[in-house]
Amino acid sequence: MSSDLDVFVGNTTLIDEEVYRLWLDGHSVAEAVARRLRGGLLEREATSVAVLQSDTRDHYRTFQMLERLLHAPPRLLQQLLFQIPPERQALLVQRYYAFDEALARELLGKKLSKGTKKELDEVSARTGVGIRSCRRQFDNFKRVFKAVEELRGPLAENIQQLFLLPPSLARDYAAIVFFANSRFETGKRRLQFLSFGDFAACAQSMMAHWSQGALAPEAAEPDGDLPKSFLQDLKELKVLVTDKDLLDQHKSLVCSALRGKISVYNELEANFKALSRALVNVGGKLTHARDVRDFFVDLVEKVIEPCRSDKWSPGDLRLFLQHYTAAPRNLPGFRHQALWERYMAAISACLLRMFHD
Amino acid sequence: MPGKLKVKIVAGRHLPVMDRASDLTDAFVEVKFGNTTFKTDVYPKSLNPQWNSEWFKFEVDDEELQDEPLQITVLDHDTYSANDAIGKVYIDIDPLLYSEAATVISGWFPIYDTIHGIRGEINVVVKVDLFNDLNRFRQSSCGVKFFCTTSIPKCYRAVVIHGFVEELVVNEDPEYQWIDRIRTPRASNEARQRLISLMSGELQRKIGLKVLEMRGNAVVGYLQCFDLEGESGLVVRAIGTACTLDKLSNTSAFLPACNSPSKEMKEIPFNEDPNPNTYSSGPSTPLKNQTYSFSPSKSYSRQSSSSDTDLSLTPKTAPSPQGPRIFLFPSSPTLSCDSPHLKKSCLLLSGSSIKPLHSSHVSPVVLRKSVSFTEELLLAASGMGSGSAGKEGGPFKTLLRQQTQSALEQREFPFFTLTTFPPGFLVHVGGVVSARSVKLLDRIHNPDEPETRDAWWAEIRQEIKSHAKALGCHAVVGYSESTSICEEVCILSASGTAAVLNPRFLQDGTMEGCLEQRLSWQPGFFSIGSEKGEVDFFPQSQDSSSLLGIEEASPPGCGFCHIPYDELNMPFPAHLTYCYNCRKQKVPDVLFTTIDLPVEAIVVGKGCLIQARLCRLKKKAQAEANATSISNLLPFMEYEVHTQLMNKLKLRGMNALFGLRIQITVGENMLMGLASATGVYLAALPTPGGIQIAGKTPNDGTYEQHISHMQKKINDTIAKNKELYEINPPELPEEIIGSPIPEPRQRSRLLRSQSESSDEVTELDLSHGKKDAFVLEIDDTDAMEDVHSLLTDVPPPSGFYSCNTEIMPGINNWTPEIQMFTAVRVSRLSNINPTNQTLNKNFNDLCENLLKSLYFKLRSMVPCCLCHVNFTVALPEDELVQIAVTAVAITYDKNQALQANKAPTEKSQQRASTDNEEQLQFPLELCSDPLSSQPFSPAKEVLEGASSHTGIPAAQRATSVDYSSFADRCNSWIELIKLKAQTIRRGSIKTTTSLEKASPLAEGYLRHRSVPSGTNSTVSVVKMTPLSFLPGAKITKYLGIINMFFIRETTSLREEGGVSGFLHAFIAEVFAMVRAHVAALGGNAVVSYIMKQCVFMENPNKNQAQCLINVSGDAVVFVRESELEVLPPQPAAAAQPTGAAGDVTT
Repeated sequence: MSSDLDVFVGNTTLIDEEVYRLWLDGHSVAEAVARRLRGGLLEREATSVAVLQSDTRDHYRTFQMLERLLHAPPRLLQQLLFQIPPERQALLVQRYYAFDEALARELLGKKLSKGTKKELDEVSARTGVGIRSCRRQFDNFKRVFKAVEELRGPLAENIQQLFLLPPSLARDYAAIVFFANSRFETGKRRLQFLSFGDFAACAQSMMAHWSQGALAPEAAEPDGDLPKSFLQDLKELKVLVTDKDLLDQHKSLVCSALRGKISVYNELEANFKALSRALVNVGGKLTHARDVRDFFVDLVEKVIEPCRSDKWSPGDLRLFLQHYTAAPRNLPGFRHQALWERYMAAISACLLRMFHD
Repeated sequence: MPGKLKVKIVAGRHLPVMDRASDLTDAFVEVKFGNTTFKTDVYPKSLNPQWNSEWFKFEVDDEELQDEPLQITVLDHDTYSANDAIGKVYIDIDPLLYSEAATVISGWFPIYDTIHGIRGEINVVVKVDLFNDLNRFRQSSCGVKFFCTTSIPKCYRAVVIHGFVEELVVNEDPEYQWIDRIRTPRASNEARQRLISLMSGELQRKIGLKVLEMRGNAVVGYLQCFDLEGESGLVVRAIGTACTLDKLSNTSAFLPACNSPSKEMKEIPFNEDPNPNTYSSGPSTPLKNQTYSFSPSKSYSRQSSSSDTDLSLTPKTAPSPQGPRIFLFPSSPTLSCDSPHLKKSCLLLSGSSIKPLHSSHVSPVVLRKSVSFTEELLLAASGMGSGSAGKEGGPFKTLLRQQTQSALEQREFPFFTLTTFPPGFLVHVGGVVSARSVKLLDRIHNPDEPETRDAWWAEIRQEIKSHAKALGCHAVVGYSESTSICEEVCILSASGTAAVLNPRFLQDGTMEGCLEQRLSWQPGFFSIGSEKGEVDFFPQSQDSSSLLGIEEASPPGCGFCHIPYDELNMPFPAHLTYCYNCRKQKVPDVLFTTIDLPVEAIVVGKGCLIQARLCRLKKKAQAEANATSISNLLPFMEYEVHTQLMNKLKLRGMNALFGLRIQITVGENMLMGLASATGVYLAALPTPGGIQIAGKTPNDGTYEQHISHMQKKINDTIAKNKELYEINPPELPEEIIGSPIPEPRQRSRLLRSQSESSDEVTELDLSHGKKDAFVLEIDDTDAMEDVHSLLTDVPPPSGFYSCNTEIMPGINNWTPEIQMFTAVRVSRLSNINPTNQTLNKNFNDLCENLLKSLYFKLRSMVPCCLCHVNFTVALPEDELVQIAVTAVAITYDKNQALQANKAPTEKSQQRASTDNEEQLQFPLELCSDPLSSQPFSPAKEVLEGASSHTGIPAAQRATSVDYSSFADRCNSWIELIKLKAQTIRRGSIKTTTSLEKASPLAEGYLRHRSVPSGTNSTVSVVKMTPLSFLPGAKITKYLGIINMFFIRETTSLREEGGVSGFLHAFIAEVFAMVRAHVAALGGNAVVSYIMKQCVFMENPNKNQAQCLINVSGDAVVFVRESELEVLPPQPAAAAQPTGAAGDVTT
């Protein structure tokens, strides 16, 4: 005797967290049942496989119907079809939008396009995240990206509002959008040591210090784009490395301040010019989209790697950056101190975050 | 008389994209009522249009208001082609028509399309201005309140329970009209939805008229059903119990209703009108202003013609004291007074022969023959001779006769759809009575004269009534009707519980004794009455009480178990013993009923859901032959179902069934029977004996072994079940000392029954007239299967209990968490050569698996109980079985439960009281018997005053308060009849002016409105439950009945997730629409929710499916008890005085 039709509908929609997780992970009903069986549910509840199958199917149907609403979480709150207590709604949304960092790391800086979606098979293989789950997460990224792309104001707050995500998750999505927007290169081999968390932190510092919203909340441009005028202005900073006098003075100021304070003083003295050139030029190149892509590559290649090979400690780097940023204040004829500090604030934060093995 | 319906379309949201090009929609709305249509402007290019329309006003008369639904259609404007419909909202405006319910309907409604389901939402505001004053308003049936709840609604008190109302309307089914061939499925579905909506409106209006005719103001236990008879039409029928209800807290808008007619009342010449002094001063208390407050001037003519209808049911019994005290005066007065009634009905009965076609079935007997109960009736009649009629003489006697006569003519069916009653209402319960009839459907030629259908039902009801008579009962409670249709064959079924009722509720008196008080103000009548009363009833009551030796201490929890029929002329072979509780009256060994467990019943241990399941193959046949073969099968099915129930009951060590519902479903090639009930162990009934297995071939050794093995298994199961359900009844009754010794015969029988379980089978056989209950004879493999199947019922996992009644016997500490659900399964019985046995097994597995899956799904709620588990079986096609279950899971506090278990009896007592206080706010009020020392009732003195008024000798009163009051009541009852006579003669009716202060009105209103508004922030939560109450909450207001019918169809079944996906979505949509309607009425819960119909049809080859769902319930506002307490004094204070006012002034 086979059941053709088998449904269970509660006035309050039943959400089984375990089944939700299995569904989010992209398992088929059969796989989910197998996994639940392995979890020992059968013995615990003294029930039958048929019951488990029926239960799993019910939940899956519910989730499929809910998915449409989960694409626009505010609708989930307003909809009348499913009566779900608020804390459960929050859980549904949060779990739906939660992502695997390994996957996000793979996709950082990539264009969220159909082409990328087609490559998800490989990504899935590399990260061990199920392909269906990969696609869902990719779609989430894309959906959030599309939704906030054109919006003004702080990215994270917009995301939080539109998708009702918890603040930390919203900040992570903001980072993903920021990367997707600026298309930073993150896939190079020498960047492999950086985690999603590192990049997300960098993105947050960059947005915090560089975006227009950071200066004027009513800014016209979306936070995801770095303000053009700011990037243009960064060219002005080149004077620090192109003007021989300024470069020398800058070096002596920093070195005198750091003498005896850092363990790698000699190396610093030897490399200061190269370092300074790298630090300033990274900013100067940001006007060109292609150069923007290399932002992190440059930082790693030209700053982090030399420092690491010279055995700098993170404390050394912090002290150096501190004084390196502060020194131009005392440089005669340098008029861009505010711009310089704004620029260096984000760069410093990024470097400090990225400076690990 | 006109009313003005006002509708405002505010906004829409989440509309579907109708214009692919722009991904937007140009939406506008058509608002239609009757034949008038208004349109909003087009709100271009938006999925969230803000129409903010003007108020559309419809001027209509009340008949239209009652019948028609408000129809709101959302469309997409298209300049070049026809506008596309997005979907519709039907709003039943009935709740706005009585002032007590909602005042405005306002909120977001899902926009529903029969093809696409819910497509966005629309915000609508609806109001009704009634131009008429309320007095005139009463002429229509607009003001009659409807409740699905099968008990007296929680915030009301029953003043009078008038009795049975029924009506049916028929029409052609649009699906089968010729036009259906050329119109779209959508148009056809909408025509059907609209027609059914219209028909139920009409039906409700007609029932309302009947209620007004009976001078009631409400219908309780309203059950409306659709019979989709296919080609032959569409029948909408409803039954209910007409009542006069009285709101407990006078906060509602009912007050103006009372106040306004009061003016007119003065104009009415009331001879019996009490003089103002007596009136206002004392009796005061439970004075029923509302009783007749709406006696409309115009309906006098009607009243004069039918005023005796009220009494019709009543003059059967002497009034006995209310409340628990009712049990002090059991049967005997009742019987003697009953007689005239019985005599009449006897005549009536003889006229109506029971058709052999119908199988008749009276529990606890199986297949009762048409018993000769004339003797019994004669007996009763003779008793009556000595009673009232003999001595009464004169006007009283004739009046009585007139009334009974007219009662039988006009109120032919003393049926009550209620399943829970005010304490004291139910005097005795006889057993289940049921009747079925197989009919061939033919086209209904004239929809305005649905005579055949009416006649069919009348026939069945007549049969039910005669069964009840045979059980010595004058009424049937827990009454319900159902049909099962397959092609042109239709099985009509009716069942109920034969009972003897306390007449006080049936006549114009209340528990509070307002009646006698009212009467006692008229010294003239009173003096006569008192004399008669003393003569007629007093001695009897004395007799009975002395005879029975019943004192205050006697527990009231067993009265209803005592047999109402005569022991010497039992209508069926039953096994009587003395009540194990009071030791004074006879009780049967088992009791089957269709009602809920009475609150006062003393139960040992917990209850459990018991189901009997049965399949019977049937040859495919046409018309007559088909009907004949079905009706031939029915008795066997009834018998088997009954046997199964009995065996399963014994297997659980229990002795009574409540909420019994036997469903026989007819299909093409088989019949299915499903009986569900809640088994309990009633302390008053004897301990059930075990089950014995007897083999036919005793000489075969291995066989013997097998048998004894089975026997052991059964015994183990019984023992296990007893433990599981905590059935450890108190010590054997024989050891009880101090109670009257049972007469020898009885005693010996008791002893024997005890030994039976251990004794040999053969002897057992002889000693019982009902071996089917005790002994299972295994004479062939079939029987073996039966025994096996008995043992396959798996008990629910630990932490779970289940029942199909309102409250789970033995659990009283509910926590507020509830989960209502509907589960539907369709299974294919894929046997090539099905036999009854394999089918039985399949069906059994299907049900068991379904239950198992429910337990699993709800495991997070443990410890919990599934209450009101309601199974419905349908056979949509060959080999397809559809089972739908609706129930509610309620969690309970385990710790308290454990405590309670230790003292079961104590607990059950306790429960009765807590129930009264916590859930049944109404019975509490009822309990405020003037005599009982309720702290807040000044009533006691009042009544004393009243009784002194009545002139009962002080000495008599001194003997016992109850005593005098009883006499008092008797007196007043007689007076009532006198009074009636007066009333009838004069053609006027008695009214009382309203004593309530109007002040609480506004306050109460604010309070009510504030409740839902608090949750308005997002989507307000609406609880749904099939029960009549919400645990841990107090229902403060009933907003009106929800009765909705939806059709959903799809032509892309696979794309919608197959049949399961389709139905899952549809049920969720139905829930959503019910919730939205309730929320728009300002409510936060639906109680007594029921899915009455779920007809699912599929055609997988065409990728199509269609489903019809009909649901109903009562929209209510509830307040959490914890909130009530937590909220600072204000609301509490508000509640207090209103409660008090309700008690004192009503």
